[in-house]
Amino acid sequence: MTAIAENKPAYDGQALDLTGKSGARAFKNTLATVLIVLAFLVAMIPLVWILGTVVSKGYHLLLNADWWSQSQRGITVRREGGGAYHAIMGTLIMALITAVIAVPIAVLGAVYLVEYGKGTRAAKVVSFMIDILTGVPSIVAALFVYAVWITIFGFNRVGFAVSLSLVLLMLPVVLRSTEEMLKLVPDELREASYALGVPKWKTIMKVVVPTAFGGIVTGVMLGLARVMGETAPLLILVGYSKNINLNPFNGFMGALPTMINQDRTELALQPAADRVWAAALTLILLVLVLNVLARLVARFSAIKSK
Amino acid sequence: MTESGPEATTATAASGKKMELGPVGHLGDRLFSAFARGSGGLVVLIVAFVGIFLLALAIPSLADDKSSFLFSRIWEPGGDQPRFGIAAMFYTTVISSIIAMLIAVPIAIGVALFITYYSPKRLAQPVAYAVDLLAAVPSIIYGLWGIMFFAPILLPVINGLSDALGWIPLFEKPAGDNVGVVFTASVVLAIMILPVVTAISREIFAQTPITHREGALALGATKWEMIRMAVLPYGRSGVVSASMLGLGRALGETVAVLIILSVPNGNDPWNSSIFAGGETFASKIANNAAEFDSPEKTGAYIAAGLVLFVVTFLVNSAARIIVDRSTPGAKRPRRNRRAGTAQGASA
Repeated sequence: MTAIAENKPAYDGQALDLTGKSGARAFKNTLATVLIVLAFLVAMIPLVWILGTVVSKGYHLLLNADWWSQSQRGITVRREGGGAYHAIMGTLIMALITAVIAVPIAVLGAVYLVEYGKGTRAAKVVSFMIDILTGVPSIVAALFVYAVWITIFGFNRVGFAVSLSLVLLMLPVVLRSTEEMLKLVPDELREASYALGVPKWKTIMKVVVPTAFGGIVTGVMLGLARVMGETAPLLILVGYSKNINLNPFNGFMGALPTMINQDRTELALQPAADRVWAAALTLILLVLVLNVLARLVARFSAIKSK
Repeated sequence: MTESGPEATTATAASGKKMELGPVGHLGDRLFSAFARGSGGLVVLIVAFVGIFLLALAIPSLADDKSSFLFSRIWEPGGDQPRFGIAAMFYTTVISSIIAMLIAVPIAIGVALFITYYSPKRLAQPVAYAVDLLAAVPSIIYGLWGIMFFAPILLPVINGLSDALGWIPLFEKPAGDNVGVVFTASVVLAIMILPVVTAISREIFAQTPITHREGALALGATKWEMIRMAVLPYGRSGVVSASMLGLGRALGETVAVLIILSVPNGNDPWNSSIFAGGETFASKIANNAAEFDSPEKTGAYIAAGLVLFVVTFLVNSAARIIVDRSTPGAKRPRRNRRAGTAQGASA
């Protein structure tokens, strides 16, 4: 008691403030806060810079109707004019074929993992293989298709070959997101359906998949966004054509990434530079629109648990 | 995530049993389950095919190789004496990815902490989206922006680093102001893998049990001390595996590197400096796609692609193993124990 009474005057002033911290600790805390905020600002620089550059250098060609309706047919690097119709269509066609092949396999694969194989060794193997597929670099996927499609079967370099390699890249994205969504579907829904005597496959088709539909669509859009920007498979598996070619099984085909690649060595020439940045902006817009749509769909169709 | 644990397994087993009450062996059921299983099997087949076909096409060329594939730096797949060694590519690929990781990981951890614990609540979600947007920018645009706009401002950094550390061969700057160097590619790669590492770290940090955090704060820890003592140790393995996934991405990145890196002249001596040009596996393959005219040359590039495949596979598996072993570590053993006792009780 006396000790406390004696000590008390010494603590007068600051020390009674129990929330206080010593100078070194307070300093470290502030320093950490500053560094963390700084890290965030540093990370934002490239995003703002890239978007700013591409928009400011590319937007004026996009305002021209020709950009959306004309090809580059007959237009040399030095000449202005033409549009990106051929490349936009090429990108869309190849992405569409990719989706048509990849989505059913991915959704059924996810159904297998969640509804049929859960916990089995086979499902673990499948799951592991998907992880490997997730990590396969696009150039390796392209080389694989090159090896099969061109070296072994002796086919030509065409848009369809690109789609085949993009399937390898899109499949794991869609499969994983579908799997996550199917897992979120409450078991009560399944059980209610079984209790009514509905067969398992109909339960999956009419109850489970529709419940998870929004999430599946999100995954498909994110997968599409990923494959549309891929350039490496285009470089190896199809030639760039300035003409409109809507046939993925015959002839070279334009695509936005290869359109950028085509003129990027001629950036000193104004018409070429304009086209490069306009194509880049078009590509970013396509990818961003898909990403934003995916997020919106995800937000409005989230499965409400409980 | 993938490890759903015994609880989930028993749940399906139970519903599976209930199923048998219904029409057993329904044709639709059998067909549908066959399709689902087939798709699962197809995924396995695809991955196996990728490995097998690449190997099958690479082996004949490797047999003709007149130099040591793994240790030679000479790459001349054409001609009577085909020689292809991947040492130079391997070096550039690995060094550029490692530098990218060294830059990206600390920033990604900072951004993840900012989103989870520092930013105002209303800002956190938009910031997370903004960082994810970085991942949505196609890589060819990174390459273009990187060499046109970003590289010039890196020149002073390159000069400064080489002035200070130039006595180390790694930082020795060759004559001339070349910006299409490994270092530039690394910084751009760092920006490209930032969203991956941030996204995973963010999720892990957010999962730190609130009791750990409040415990630290209750003991009088400052916010930073709370993060250092509760959040970071909890998230460590998650961050490591996120970094590995980022590394895997950086190793395989093709077009951005292809655009940025200047290919050294054929007669120039090989340079180990990060301020020199070079070629990675991916950029070499993409650069020489036009050279795939004979099966032998193609095989040489496929062999290089196979090495890239194996390296990325190893890195990604390491990431997965770390995740499996320890990320939900705080959760998993507990969950298993609980499931174990539950099973014991029912038996």
